[in-house]
Amino acid sequence: MTFLKGFLPSSPRHVSKSVTVHAILLAYTVIALFPIIIVIINAFKTRKAIFKDPLGLPDSDSFTLAGFQEVLLRSDFGLYSWNSLVVTLIAVGLVLLLGAMAAWALTEYKFRGNFIITFLFAMGIMIPIRLGTVSILSLMVELNLANTLTALVLVYIAQGLPLAVYILSEFVRTIPKELTEAARCDAVSEYKIFFCIILPLLKPAMATVAVFTMIPIWNDLWFPLILAPGEDTRTITLGVQQFVGQYVTNWNSVLSALTLAIVPVLILYTIFSRQLIRGLTSGAVK
Amino acid sequence: MASVKLNNIKKRFGDVDVLHGIDLDIKDGEFVVLIGESGCGKSTLLRLLSGLEDITEGDLYIDEERVNGRSPAKRGIAMVFQSYALYPHMNVFKNMAFGLKIAGKDKAFVKNKVIEAAKKLKIDHLLERLPRELSGGQRQRVAIGRAIVRDPKVFLFDEPLSNLDASLRVQTRVELGKLHQELKATVIYVTHDQVEAMTLGDKIVVMNKGRVEQVGSPLHLYHHPKTQFVAGFIGSPKMNFLSAKITEVGTENTQIVLESGRVISVAVDTSGFEKGATVQLGLRPEHISLRCDTNTVEGKITLIEHLGEQSYLYVDIPQEGELVLKVDGDNQYHAGDNVTFGIKPNRLYLFAKDGDALPRITASS
Repeated sequence: MTFLKGFLPSSPRHVSKSVTVHAILLAYTVIALFPIIIVIINAFKTRKAIFKDPLGLPDSDSFTLAGFQEVLLRSDFGLYSWNSLVVTLIAVGLVLLLGAMAAWALTEYKFRGNFIITFLFAMGIMIPIRLGTVSILSLMVELNLANTLTALVLVYIAQGLPLAVYILSEFVRTIPKELTEAARCDAVSEYKIFFCIILPLLKPAMATVAVFTMIPIWNDLWFPLILAPGEDTRTITLGVQQFVGQYVTNWNSVLSALTLAIVPVLILYTIFSRQLIRGLTSGAVK
Repeated sequence: MASVKLNNIKKRFGDVDVLHGIDLDIKDGEFVVLIGESGCGKSTLLRLLSGLEDITEGDLYIDEERVNGRSPAKRGIAMVFQSYALYPHMNVFKNMAFGLKIAGKDKAFVKNKVIEAAKKLKIDHLLERLPRELSGGQRQRVAIGRAIVRDPKVFLFDEPLSNLDASLRVQTRVELGKLHQELKATVIYVTHDQVEAMTLGDKIVVMNKGRVEQVGSPLHLYHHPKTQFVAGFIGSPKMNFLSAKITEVGTENTQIVLESGRVISVAVDTSGFEKGATVQLGLRPEHISLRCDTNTVEGKITLIEHLGEQSYLYVDIPQEGELVLKVDGDNQYHAGDNVTFGIKPNRLYLFAKDGDALPRITASS
C-alpha cells in the first residue's frame, strides 16, 4: 500500500478519477498488445502446439526455434530487413527535411500561391495515395523505376509529406517571430536561419512526425507488392508473404519473421521518442 | 557610429495608414527615445528603421546613406527585443557569438569580442548557461551583449525593460545610461514609460497616432509642451486639466474663468485669441502649492496616496472636477479634509481647443 501511495493522489475524489483513467488505459494497452504477444509467444512454439493451444506459453515440449531457423537460414531475411530499413530511413529523413522546409516556407513567407500549395497539402492528407496506384505504377514503369527501392522511397515521401507539413507548420507557428527577426538583424542568411535556428527548435515536433511517418512505411505491404516485388527489392512485410501459401502456410516462419520485424522498428521508435523533449523553447522569450 | 535621418517616412498596412510622414534627425551618438501610447506607431517606426518592415514612402538615411529596401544585415543596426529573443538551444556564449561567426570572423577575434562585452555587462560568469537557466535581467543583458559585439552603427531597443520587475528595471535603466556614455553609440529606444524616456533620452520624440507630436530634450518637453497630448504624457502624475474661458486677452497676463466662476490669472500670451474662447488649463501636480496664496482654490480630499517621500492628494473641487496634488510626505492630511491651495501664474499652461499650447511667458520664471 505504501508503494501505491506515491502514485495515487491524496483526496478520494482524485483517487477514483485516477483509478478510472488507469483502468481505461490498462484495458487499452491489453487490447493493443494482445495480438503482438500472441505472435511473439507462438513464434517460439511448434506447429502442433500453435494450433492446439494458441494462448499457451511455450513449455519444454512445445518450445522450438524452428521458425527462426527457417527464416534466418532459408530465406533472404537479412536482405529484406535491409531493404525495409533503407526505404524507411531515407523516406522518413526526406519527409522530415522537406516537410520542415515546406512548413517553414509556407508559414514564414508571404508569396503568390502560398494558399494553393497549403491547400494541396491539405488535400494530400484527405485523399489516400493508394487511389492513384495504377497511375503511380505506370509512371514508375515509364521512369524505369519499377522494382527499385527508389520507387518506394518516392511514393512514401509523397505519402508522408502532407501530414508532416501540416503538423510541422503548427509547430513553426509557435516559434516566436522575434527569434527569426533577431537572426535577420544578426545578418544570418535565410538558409542559416532555417538550419541553425528553426530546425533545432523543431526537433521534438520532428520526432513526433518521424514516428507517425515511419510506422506506416515499415508496415506497408501494398506498394512493395506492386512497385517492387522483385527478389532483390522485397521489403520485410513482402518477404514474410513467401511463407504464406495458397494451401499451406508455414506459421512458424511467418510468426518468427513478424517477431523479428518488430525489433528494428522498436529500436527506431526508441531513438525518436528520446527526442520528444518538451519545453525546449522555454527561455527564448519570456 | 552614425547619424540617422528620416525624411517623410510613411507606412501603410493594406489600407491602414500607420505612420503619416515622419521627419526626424538623429545625431551621431545621440540617445533618442520614441515614446507614445500603445498603437501610436513607435514600434512600427523602429521596425522600419531596422529593415524588418518595408518603408511605404519616404527616405531613410543611416550614416548619410539611403538604406530603403536594404536588409537589416546591411544597415549596420543591432536590435534588442522586448522578449529578448535569445536562441534557446544555444548557450550565452554562442548566442552572443552567432552573428560574428556567421559573418566569418576568426575564432580568437570572436572570443575576445564576446568576453569583452560579457565583462562590460557583468555576465562573463554565465557564458556556459542556456537562456532558460537565466533570470529575466540576465537574459536582457545577454540580448544587449549580442547587440554590442557586432559594433553596430545604430542600436535599436524595443521596450527592453518592460518584462523586468520594477527594481530590476530601475537598475538596468541606470546601467543602460552608463553603457551609452561608455559606448557613445547612437541609440534609438522605444518605450511607453515616461520615466525611462526622461532619464535616458538626450532627445525625446513623442508620437501620437502615427505622427510626431513633439521632439525635444526631456526638460524642454516638460517645460514647453507643444500640445496638450505631450503635456499629459510627460510628467508623473499626469498634468491636471480643467476647462476654462478666456476673460481677458493679453500678451503678458491673461485672465481666465473656470466653469465654477473662479478667476485665474495665467502668464500666457493669448494675443490672437478672442475673449470668451474655450481653453484647457493645465496644472502640474508638483506645481500646485498648499502655501501659495495666488490663484487660490479650495476643495475636499477624496483620497491620499502615501509614497513615503511624498504623497498624492486627490482633491475634489466643486463644479470643476478632480485635481491631483503632489505634497510633501510628512503631512497631516486625511481623506475628507478641506484644503486650500494656489498656483503661480507662471506655472500654468493653456491649451487651445485643438490641443495646441499657447505660448508661455517664461521670462518671469
